[in-house]
Amino acid sequence: MVKKIFEKSYLFILLAILYAPIVFIIVYSFSGSSNFNFDNGFTFESYKQIVTSDKAEALGLAIGNTFLIAIVSSVIATIMGTCAAIGIHALGKKFRHAVETVNQFPIINSEIVMAVSFMIFFVTCRFAEGYVRLIIAHIAFTTPYVVLSVLPKLESMDPNVYEAALDLGATPAYAMVKVMIPMITPGIISGFAMAFTLSLDDFIITQINKGAGTGIDTLSTFIYSDARVQGLEPFWYAIFSIIIVVVLAAVLIVNLINSTRAKKAKTLSFKGGK
Amino acid sequence: MAKSLTKKFKMTKRVFSYPYILFMLLFVVVPLVMILVYAFLDNEHQFTLSNFQTFFTSRSSLYVLGNSLFVGVITTAICLLIGYPAAYFLSKSKNSGKVMVLLFILPMWVNFLIRTLATKEIFMAMHVELGMGTVLFGMVYNYLPFMILPLHTVISGIDKSYTEAARDLGADDFTTFFKVILPMSVSGILSGITMVFIPTISTFAISQLLSNGKIFLFGDSIELKFSQDMYGVGSVMSLVMLVFVLVSSFIMNRYNKNKNVGRTLW
Repeated sequence: MVKKIFEKSYLFILLAILYAPIVFIIVYSFSGSSNFNFDNGFTFESYKQIVTSDKAEALGLAIGNTFLIAIVSSVIATIMGTCAAIGIHALGKKFRHAVETVNQFPIINSEIVMAVSFMIFFVTCRFAEGYVRLIIAHIAFTTPYVVLSVLPKLESMDPNVYEAALDLGATPAYAMVKVMIPMITPGIISGFAMAFTLSLDDFIITQINKGAGTGIDTLSTFIYSDARVQGLEPFWYAIFSIIIVVVLAAVLIVNLINSTRAKKAKTLSFKGGK
Repeated sequence: MAKSLTKKFKMTKRVFSYPYILFMLLFVVVPLVMILVYAFLDNEHQFTLSNFQTFFTSRSSLYVLGNSLFVGVITTAICLLIGYPAAYFLSKSKNSGKVMVLLFILPMWVNFLIRTLATKEIFMAMHVELGMGTVLFGMVYNYLPFMILPLHTVISGIDKSYTEAARDLGADDFTTFFKVILPMSVSGILSGITMVFIPTISTFAISQLLSNGKIFLFGDSIELKFSQDMYGVGSVMSLVMLVFVLVSSFIMNRYNKNKNVGRTLW
């Protein structure tokens, strides 16, 4: 009993420390100041400053850029990654192993080395500074995750279903769209979600490849350049709080959906077994 | 007939991977090769070994490397010391376990800059002096989930009958833990260590922010070299980093392979 209490309290204390900074930011986003006091009472001043501060325009642009880059790169990454997975699945053993090894590079490599390798490449090959570099870099480091989430779905797919479609007269293209794609859709969706969040969340690769002259900032590089100089202005507390709440809610919802789905699948298979 | 047909479709399916293979060759493999090439080039694009000489004889670069390794080792050790009991306790709780694991992973989804800046603000409000202590705290805070996750996966995968057998044979909790659970979770410990150590020594920005620019780690100095157009030395440093990455992934792969062999033998 004492042991149980000790174990539980150990975990809860760890969690408390882990969440303390996040909770502090959210609580003090309602103080209207950045000095951790409630001298102004409870106020939405910080949230108002998101749109009224003199950095509001730059902030808006940064948010726009973040989503623009994330959407474009994750859509391309999903399409290319899904096609790639279908192709890789049909490759011969040796070649497949080589491709899968290259696919691992961006995942195991340290982000800073990836970032500077992109930069050397872009500078040497004289790529236009700006969005093109950023989008290519984002596609390059997110697509491997799409491949990795689609491939297992292809592995577990019954090949007979696809072949049955062919036997019944479907053209390969038709069978692919009508039979194979629907069967791997869960993998495609989670791959897309992965690519999108990785791109949204990225800081290092964007920071090093955005180019000094372009003035392009995403949310994370804007946070970095602005917060490094002075402390956080009150509106950052509000922005951080919004991001934290949105992100945590999204992850929780995804997990809830997944666990209820898993439960459903379990009961279904149980019934089937009977 | 049917067989040759499927073979043909397999051939055509392969084509789908070609754009991606080309893309990866051009934008992932070629850039990495370029790092290797630039490490041997001087400013006039002539072959030279001076970049290596510059890096390996410069006191300040080696100091930064040593400092990063120090921060990496300490961070990894603290993460292991704190994370192992957490993973162990998590794997013991039955129903609430899943929710608790989720709670530990959840903060990882919030951008690390936001979390780091939040801890910095708290330290400043508490008038804690920013320096090595705060950097270490920030690193542990940031990377602890990466230690807990693989450990939890491995420990909760250990067959309960092993611990029960140990108990039946008269082992107490202490012995059961050290003779059964700890040896069986070595693969989790190894992957936890690499998942914390490599990112820690190559982090960019965390140490700068949490020490007010006083403490500079390897990732920061790679970035600095490139922003000063010192591509040669920067490339040499990236190669050093790559060696760390390759060695760690080699260890992990080897370990995983051995584990699979063991499994098939059973």
